Amino acid sequence: MTPGGTSRAPGVVVVTGISRYLGAQVAARLAAEPGIDRVVGLDPADPPPELAAMLDGVEHIRAGFDTAVTLLPSLDADTLVHLALVSTPEQGGRQAMKDQNVIGTMQLLAAAQQTPRLQRLIVRSSTAAYGASFRDPAVFTEETEPREVPRGGFGRDILDIEGYVRGFRRRRPDTTVTVLRFAPFIGSTADTTITRYFAQPVLPTVLGRDPRLQFVHVDDALTVLHRSIVEEHPGTYNVAGAGVLMLSQAIRRAGRLAVPVLETGLPGRGGLARPFGVDEYGLDQLDLFVHGRVVDTSRLIAEYGFTPRSTAAAFDDFISAGRGRRIYRREQLLAAEQAILDGIRRVRAGREIS
Amino acid sequence: MSAEHPRNGAGSPTSQGRRFEVPKQDQPVASANGHRPAVADQPGDVWDQRVASGLAFLRRRLAGDYDVDEFGFDPELTDTLIFPMLRLLYRDWFRTEVSGLEHLPRDDAGLVVGNHAGTIALDAMVLAAVLHDRHPTNRHLRLLGADLVFRMPFVSEIARKTGGTVACNADAERLLRGGELVGVFPEGFKGVGKPYSERYKLQRFGRGGFVAAALRTGTPIVPVAIVGSEEIYPLIGDIKPLARLLKTPYFPVTPTFPWLGPLGAVPLPSKWLIEFCPPIPTAHLSDAVDDPMVVFNLADQVRDTIQQRVNELLKRRPDPFGP
Repeated sequence: MTPGGTSRAPGVVVVTGISRYLGAQVAARLAAEPGIDRVVGLDPADPPPELAAMLDGVEHIRAGFDTAVTLLPSLDADTLVHLALVSTPEQGGRQAMKDQNVIGTMQLLAAAQQTPRLQRLIVRSSTAAYGASFRDPAVFTEETEPREVPRGGFGRDILDIEGYVRGFRRRRPDTTVTVLRFAPFIGSTADTTITRYFAQPVLPTVLGRDPRLQFVHVDDALTVLHRSIVEEHPGTYNVAGAGVLMLSQAIRRAGRLAVPVLETGLPGRGGLARPFGVDEYGLDQLDLFVHGRVVDTSRLIAEYGFTPRSTAAAFDDFISAGRGRRIYRREQLLAAEQAILDGIRRVRAGREIS
Repeated sequence: MSAEHPRNGAGSPTSQGRRFEVPKQDQPVASANGHRPAVADQPGDVWDQRVASGLAFLRRRLAGDYDVDEFGFDPELTDTLIFPMLRLLYRDWFRTEVSGLEHLPRDDAGLVVGNHAGTIALDAMVLAAVLHDRHPTNRHLRLLGADLVFRMPFVSEIARKTGGTVACNADAERLLRGGELVGVFPEGFKGVGKPYSERYKLQRFGRGGFVAAALRTGTPIVPVAIVGSEEIYPLIGDIKPLARLLKTPYFPVTPTFPWLGPLGAVPLPSKWLIEFCPPIPTAHLSDAVDDPMVVFNLADQVRDTIQQRVNELLKRRPDPFGP
């Protein structure tokens, strides 16, 4: 098939978080894959109708991770795909988010350890694993250790989750473990904190900072996830689109306006966005908007033989979906430029005649 | 301004976007002696061109149509806005004379190591601008800065956009492996913040991290001696409590700052001499990366080379504010 994949197709796949876009997409695609016997979705919540439609071939078990201990061995699962990550506090707040991310992963991995036939574990992680510090190198490779524990809850959760996965790797050396550190998702279909941020017409930024951003197109993320499940790719991989967009540059490409806000004047969590009526940006986003985050993806490209589309291309796809209101467009800028040049020419021509 | 050198920095996938037309402004190369190009025969054409390229630049900036590499380097912004300002400064204000450019690698990686002085690190920016203007392939010097630089708002933004990054081995090696010309000032704040009475005495070279980066990548080290930077803001005092309050290594007191307020930010017009020294090859020492003796000796060799050359340049320049 493709490089790196000594493919032994999985029989029973358990996917967590199928009530969300990413989980539903992964599960649906697995269900359509001929070699796979059973695809089981483990999620206490029901998927919204638009996702439920695609989950026909997926058995949905409405249960929390606390039931996984009995569930996974009884299903005789050989592949576990852990996608149920919460990146921003929702109903229930930070405590519920931590419960799901950290405690949930702990329970799930404890169950996985007691599932004798488990061959593959795929865990969704994030480039937030690298933390945020002024002394950070410009580009993180998979070996880079975070210099400081992140201030944001999501970053701390990611560090905890990867810690549990390391423990699992030690105790179950017979299981192939793939950890995928995704850059923020973007694309015409993605709906995340970042895409909602860029959908506003006027965007708060941190005064005096222009962070380097990197995105991964959600379709490319799905490709990498699928390949990790049906093939063997042990290890930890950064998954991001090559290249960089500065925040100011991304805002300009989207035709939006930036409003710089004083960083020190920002009161703790959510301060960055509160004056703008959006309450969901936490310290994770603030750190990202101060420090930026860029990762090296050469390991992914070498192992998978797959290059995700570039950050700029992924962002272009998001812009083309036309979410939110543009304040200006490229064509208007071109027209304005032409108008000024024409004006000068006309004035000069008039002067030469007179 | 001649075309951007065509090397593709490894790991900088945006490098195809480094082709960009820069407004045809005063050619800096021939005008180092203060000679500005004579008024063109058809002034209308020149200004048409300038207005058109200026507008095109503005439009590209507003539309976000430019490329930035993974370190945040924005070559278009640097060449179009930052370097012209520095050019005025180094050419007309500091009357900078440059020699030894033939010692710089033409297209390959190189580690340029200089002496650091001048209260604020203006010497690094001047060096980058001079090197870009005078190098046959107009290379950009990728500066390594202390983490304090990246802690400060605005300063960090400008540092990244002009090609700088944090002085750490990971970044230095990544740039060198990508074939870049990297600039480093191992004295750090010890050099920039030393009192005027200790001018042109090179400080300790830290742990020699820059040597390790050069050894690990087999990159030649090009020492550079800079004379003139010490006199621009002569440091005669240091208000320590204020420095502690602002979390900076020192709070400078110069003959003009803080007494004259913003006027104190105007550098004194000293005469600058910059000389690049013959490169020190390191490729044959790649096995010795972990040998502290080799690293220290090489760091000392670089330091001595710069110190000697600084002393020679000082003899050639008896009056710091001479012509």
